[in-house]
Amino acid sequence: MIRKKAYENRKVVMIGIIILTGMVFTIRLFYIQLINDKYLLSAANNVLRYMTQYPARGMVFDRNRKLMVYNETAYDLMVTPRLVHKIDTLEFCHLIGITRDEFKKKMIRARNYSSYRASVFEEQISKENYGYIEEKLFKFPGFYVQQRTLRKYPSPIAGHILGYIGEVSPPEIEANPYYKQGDYIGKSGLEKSYEEVIRGKKGLKIKMVDVFNREKGNYMEGKYDTVAIPGNDLYITIDAELQAYGELLMQNKRGSIVAIEPSTGEILAMISSPTYDPNLLIGRVRSKNYNMLSTDTLKPLFNRALLAQYPPGSTFKLVDALVGLQEEVLTPETRYSCGGVGATPIKCSHNHYSPLSLVEAIEQSCNPYFWNVFRTIIDNRKYRSTTESYINWRELVMSFNLGKTFNTDMPVEKSGNVPDPAYYDKYFGKNSWRSMTIRSLSIGQGELLVTPLQLANVTAIIANRGFYYVPHLVRAIGIEGRIEVKNWERKNTRVSSKFFYPVIDGMSRVFDAGHGTARYYRNDSIQMCGKTGTVQNPHGKDHSIFLAFAPKDNPKIAISVIVENAGFGSTYAAPIATLMINKYILREFEKPWFEEKILNTNLISPN
Amino acid sequence: MKSRTNIGKNIDWWLVTIYLAMVLIGWISIYAAVYDEDHKSILDLSQNYGKQLVWIITSFVLAMMILLTDTKFFSAFAFPIYILMLFMLVAVLIFGKEIGGSRSWFPIGQFSLQPSEFAKFATNLAVAKYLSSLNMDLKKLKSVLRSALILVIPSLLIFLQNDTGSALVYSSFIFVLYREGLPGEVLIIIFVSIVLFILALLVKPVWVIAGLVLLTVVLVYLSRRNIRNMAILVLILIISSAYVEGVSYGFRHLLEPHQQSRINVLLGKDTNLQGAGYNVHQSLIAIGSGGFTGKGFLNGTQTKFNFVPAQSTDFIFCTVGEEWGFIGSIAVISLFVALLIRLIILSERQRSQFSRIYGYGVVSILFFHFMVNIAMTLGLFPVIGIPLPFLSYGGSSLWAFTILLFIFIKLDSYRLNVL
Ligand SMILES: [Zn+2]
Repeated sequence: MIRKKAYENRKVVMIGIIILTGMVFTIRLFYIQLINDKYLLSAANNVLRYMTQYPARGMVFDRNRKLMVYNETAYDLMVTPRLVHKIDTLEFCHLIGITRDEFKKKMIRARNYSSYRASVFEEQISKENYGYIEEKLFKFPGFYVQQRTLRKYPSPIAGHILGYIGEVSPPEIEANPYYKQGDYIGKSGLEKSYEEVIRGKKGLKIKMVDVFNREKGNYMEGKYDTVAIPGNDLYITIDAELQAYGELLMQNKRGSIVAIEPSTGEILAMISSPTYDPNLLIGRVRSKNYNMLSTDTLKPLFNRALLAQYPPGSTFKLVDALVGLQEEVLTPETRYSCGGVGATPIKCSHNHYSPLSLVEAIEQSCNPYFWNVFRTIIDNRKYRSTTESYINWRELVMSFNLGKTFNTDMPVEKSGNVPDPAYYDKYFGKNSWRSMTIRSLSIGQGELLVTPLQLANVTAIIANRGFYYVPHLVRAIGIEGRIEVKNWERKNTRVSSKFFYPVIDGMSRVFDAGHGTARYYRNDSIQMCGKTGTVQNPHGKDHSIFLAFAPKDNPKIAISVIVENAGFGSTYAAPIATLMINKYILREFEKPWFEEKILNTNLISPN
Repeated sequence: MKSRTNIGKNIDWWLVTIYLAMVLIGWISIYAAVYDEDHKSILDLSQNYGKQLVWIITSFVLAMMILLTDTKFFSAFAFPIYILMLFMLVAVLIFGKEIGGSRSWFPIGQFSLQPSEFAKFATNLAVAKYLSSLNMDLKKLKSVLRSALILVIPSLLIFLQNDTGSALVYSSFIFVLYREGLPGEVLIIIFVSIVLFILALLVKPVWVIAGLVLLTVVLVYLSRRNIRNMAILVLILIISSAYVEGVSYGFRHLLEPHQQSRINVLLGKDTNLQGAGYNVHQSLIAIGSGGFTGKGFLNGTQTKFNFVPAQSTDFIFCTVGEEWGFIGSIAVISLFVALLIRLIILSERQRSQFSRIYGYGVVSILFFHFMVNIAMTLGLFPVIGIPLPFLSYGGSSLWAFTILLFIFIKLDSYRLNVL
């Protein structure tokens, strides 16, 4: 009992050490739990996975509610190489249906892209395999399946109009923070111009995962999740049947057809040939096919209807006549004589009786007649100088939306060209050019350039007797079950309505009169109005152009057809325009003699 | 015997209450660590918390049995129990099952028993028995060496099982020896050795030795009138230099790479979070993300989704830290501090030397576990796998700690009967 007391105060040392330890722990806990917030962030990084929910892209329907574009779900197998750890390679290869060598190759490719970020391991697994693979995937850390939507086209038409989608490029991501690496975006056509309407809105799901990256449910019962909002559907103005027929007629030819409903400005068909099957630019085959199409010398990706610019040729005589009438230097009764193929300063394409009235001149497409019309406009004493009268002429011409873009719902569009006076000042010297100097404008040559869309619109203006609606491709947008109709602007030309009647009379004679340039293609059941054009092409055979609308009263369709290197307008463009009008107005019609001839014509590689 | 009919009498209810609180907190944390929607029943024996419930109930039975045992039994059978336990430690080396790299388990049905856990209270009994013998004086080298032998044998056997953490536990008996008269200089020498040990690993041994030489020169100058002191200082310099060099050599040539990297992580020389630093890093994330009040019961994401390794055994404190935050962590630490201080107070009031020494043994063992385990989860100590007493999952450790504690409670309840 004596020894017991000997070292009793040593208990103080012991208690001291214990309390000290407790205090050290408290300070340490205070630091890591209350002061340093680094651990809080690391905890979130460990557990939370932010999963983007991709919305379904809007579908596209034609004017008769026929489905043109829809979505199909595809499943990509993704891999994050860093997370791949101790997997049974043999079992995995068996599951996916690949060989060991392929596995190694794919892993190397993924690792070369990034060890830390996910990339596609196997593209587009079939729906049946998806279910099977998904079930077993937990055994293979580092792999997961990502849903994607692919665009599908029930019929292989209208590639240029619809456009295609592809992965966003770095500049696109930079321009709009909505997009993240791997997202899809419209790259051309309606997919591009209506991107924001049809893409919908991405959602976000926050999932928790365990240390093996296995899903463990929603974070906070999904309190912070957002739902993906599906894209809106597009109801477009295209008549799929007419579009398909137009593409058929234009096969093996270079050129373009644009058809417009004059009373609304709705584009019924827009064909650029050669074209391509939109199904070629989908999913895993897209980049390969894109390279093939973009290096094709026939430029199938080039949308001629909006981007090709041609001199309007004789079709411009209609505008000459309308401007002349408006400027009151021309009346329907005005007659000019023609010296035929030997005429000066502009020769006629053929010999005919002379002199001709306005309607006869349109019917026969007499060059000297319209040179005289153009001369009287430019040399009008009303104006103090050639420049002043030219500026007035140009304004009248441009009121037909020539030489400028429509700024409508197409992502690309060329403006064409109506030269401004400064151009001639520069070319010939100030005040040293006269009507004679620029006479080729009177027959739609020279510096004048138009696009097929602009030509179709000029036709629509004539059909409407003086006004037009901005030509467009989308009539309505389906928003959550409602269909919201888009309103498009009506514009007037500077030519009074009354002056259109004689011009239209002349255009109907193109089909109906004995000397009409399209008289072979007349149809007894539809009264059609048209105008041929032949565009001199310095690089080869002339381009064939035809403008037409029908019926003469209460027109339903206005159309422009350009066939490159086809010779006279009456040879190819006129019959194609006629067939299109028949198809649209009659739907079913007795096939005229020239349909088969057109279908069998190959102007690209004739043999 | 009176106590056989009334076991509740004279029992220290503070200790019992703290014990029950810890066991309960432990079970709740294990439940939270492995909880998922599929296994909701608390008695699901396929889950750790279900098994732990069985261990807890059987521990209570063990505690009752100890309280019903005659006090004299423990001192009379101290050595036989110790010898029996040494046999078990040898047997497990031969017949045992290897789990997690340590050959320290006896498989019994679907459970496993770990003799090294039980060796602790057995050794404590033997130490208490030996130190309380009449001709004991810890100022004599012979006594120190004999008591050291009692500690070294089980420690070595456990070390051979490749369970370094449990082997190191026996070093904690230094506190018992200190209390019983081991010269205070020994504690200082041990403290200095630990500092030199860490320095030897942290910087190049040459620099440590250079520092020691400088220190010695200063001290020699100060004691220049005393030749004897100067000689002692030079001797100390030579010994400590050899020690530093030896530690450094041993670290590089005797430790296995995984042990080296664990120590490097702690010393801040290894920051590879995927390698050995992973455990500690994840442990800190779990505790650190708990904040002041924690994420709430069953809402701990780091522990529940297995980011923290060994979260229901060695890293159980992470679950407490994550789900109950600073408040819960402080509560657990306070419980341990209270338990240890209460044990010291009670030990000091024992009339029997055996009971007092045994009590200090309990303090030493529990303190070592508490300090090393929490320091490890807080990134203050290398990851050496030892459980947190009463909280960690595991039948052997819960049983062994229960026996360890309740023998003392029994001894204490009987203190007035000892003359
Ligand atoms: Zn003529």
